[in-house]
Amino acid sequence: MLSVKEISKAFDNKKIIKDVSFDVNEGQYFVLLGSSGVGKSLLFEIIAGIIDPDNGMIMLDGTDITHKKIQKRNIGLVFQDNVLFPHTTVYENVAYPLKSRKVQHSDIHKRVTSLADDFGFKHLFDRKPLTLSGGESQRVSLARAVASEPKCLLLDEPLSSLDASSRPEIRALLRKMNGRGQTIVHITHDYTEAVSVGTHIAVLESGTIAQVGMIDDIFQRPKSEFIARFIGIRNFFRGHLQGIKVPDSNLREFTTADGMTFSVLVDSNGGNGYVMIRSEDVTVSGAMARSSARNQFEGTIADIVRAGPGMEVILNIGRDKPVNIASMVTSESTKELSLSIGKKVWVSFKASAAKYIED
Amino acid sequence: MSPTIKKRTEFLSLLFYALGGLVLLFIIAPLVSLYLSCTLPEIIDTAKEKEVQSSIWLTLWTSMAATLIFAIAAIPFSYLLARKEFPFKNVVLGIIDLPIVIPHSAAGIALLGVISRNGFLGKTAETMGFSLVGNSIGIILAMAFVSIPFLISSARNGFLAVPERLEKAALNLGASPSRVFLTVSTPLASRSIISGLILMWARGMSEFGAVIIIAYHPMVTPVLIYERFGAFGLKYARGVAVVFISICLIVFTAMRILAKDHKDAQR
Repeated sequence: MLSVKEISKAFDNKKIIKDVSFDVNEGQYFVLLGSSGVGKSLLFEIIAGIIDPDNGMIMLDGTDITHKKIQKRNIGLVFQDNVLFPHTTVYENVAYPLKSRKVQHSDIHKRVTSLADDFGFKHLFDRKPLTLSGGESQRVSLARAVASEPKCLLLDEPLSSLDASSRPEIRALLRKMNGRGQTIVHITHDYTEAVSVGTHIAVLESGTIAQVGMIDDIFQRPKSEFIARFIGIRNFFRGHLQGIKVPDSNLREFTTADGMTFSVLVDSNGGNGYVMIRSEDVTVSGAMARSSARNQFEGTIADIVRAGPGMEVILNIGRDKPVNIASMVTSESTKELSLSIGKKVWVSFKASAAKYIED
Repeated sequence: MSPTIKKRTEFLSLLFYALGGLVLLFIIAPLVSLYLSCTLPEIIDTAKEKEVQSSIWLTLWTSMAATLIFAIAAIPFSYLLARKEFPFKNVVLGIIDLPIVIPHSAAGIALLGVISRNGFLGKTAETMGFSLVGNSIGIILAMAFVSIPFLISSARNGFLAVPERLEKAALNLGASPSRVFLTVSTPLASRSIISGLILMWARGMSEFGAVIIIAYHPMVTPVLIYERFGAFGLKYARGVAVVFISICLIVFTAMRILAKDHKDAQR
């Protein structure tokens, strides 16, 4: 439905967007995930026609719209910060795209009223946008963007300007819109947001698409450390997996680029690849313990930070140069083990918790 | 803030208030003395004079016409100056301000060169059967020439303050560029545009130098005041001045109040 083909854009000889390509199918909820300042919003402005790309093509339903006038594209765009027209009422804002398309007066009223019922802002019809709360204006913005039934809806960080209390409500609304068949492309820097709404993800890394796929694919098989870190995987090691040593055993040795050796449980003949370990699977203990964990290292605590419900302990287990591994620990354990920066501890994880992915 | 610094800044603001008071006095004193120099019956008699009435009416409508006619081109032009970059834009901005810096009698002479019977515009008008000099059309042109910079610069500032994102959003919602201009940019810049219109109107109304060169007759009020002063002396000029100033004050106070109501349109 929406095809972006090798789009590039440079400003002052600096390429902000480099050969970006992706396809969005009808009814998909496609999330573009990337840190701030990688040209995500710029990409949207190009797709919407506000800015012309230097190279590349944009196709919508099989027709080339790269040079089509912005007002004729039929692609809805919801900007990051609220851009409701401040000088007219909520009703007039939602009616604006319909009036622009010369829809009949009585039909406009019908459409705006049904959108208001649906998005829950009928009681706000006569209000001026500057008097609305964040959640209210986002609902009006979304209704305005879909009023003329765009084929594709682009959302630029639609949740980031909202306070925590109105986010779930808008998230539910977005899922509902998608559930009814609205194709959505959503930009965000927050992977939890991506997971909560999206069906497909493209990860943007310094102006290019680093990986595209279903949400599960990317979480199961991130292609690079950048992507792994971006989607919240803290422990990611690139290296080499040894071939079969002991017959009928799936236990292998994996040597990281930093010279660490991990035991990994995997049915593979070896090769280059990477190992990921969820920080929840890494245990910290005061002394070396007899347990089923095949991987045990002595290390020093490099940092302790509050992360979500618990504490994230960063441990240096390198011998010659620092190799960090993150462990998710409850704050109770932090107290009981009196963990503090610089303290020597033991780190362990099971061979089955180390996930090997071949290149 | 330490107490001594606070004391010092208090002294400074006191000084500034005093200086401001002097400036205010400088503006108000001549006007007050002008009013005090006339008796009420004198003013009423002057206001009843046919010549005075028709000159005030002429001044009001010609300056209004100059503002409205030239606004049609000046407002879109201000938008262009606010939004687009083009070669020699700074030169263009300088040219627009020229009428403010040159002496208005000189402006009148320059304008006369173009609109008199021998001038390029004057000749064209002549072939079409009317003259641009010595009538209300000439007055309108002279007023517009000296007052148009006020509208353009005020409207341009207004358009500059309109967030471009709103215009982009409107385009994205299917509006044509002209619809965006009429329904988003102009309403959001309307405060500045209106105050520019008022300024231009006021400036045109009070114009003397350029108007007297292009059209001594029919007589606008500033010219009438000058003529009475020259022919009959200060005493006879005062009455007309007081009546005209009063009408100006009433009109502008009314306009300001109307514009203020408009200010809250965004809320």
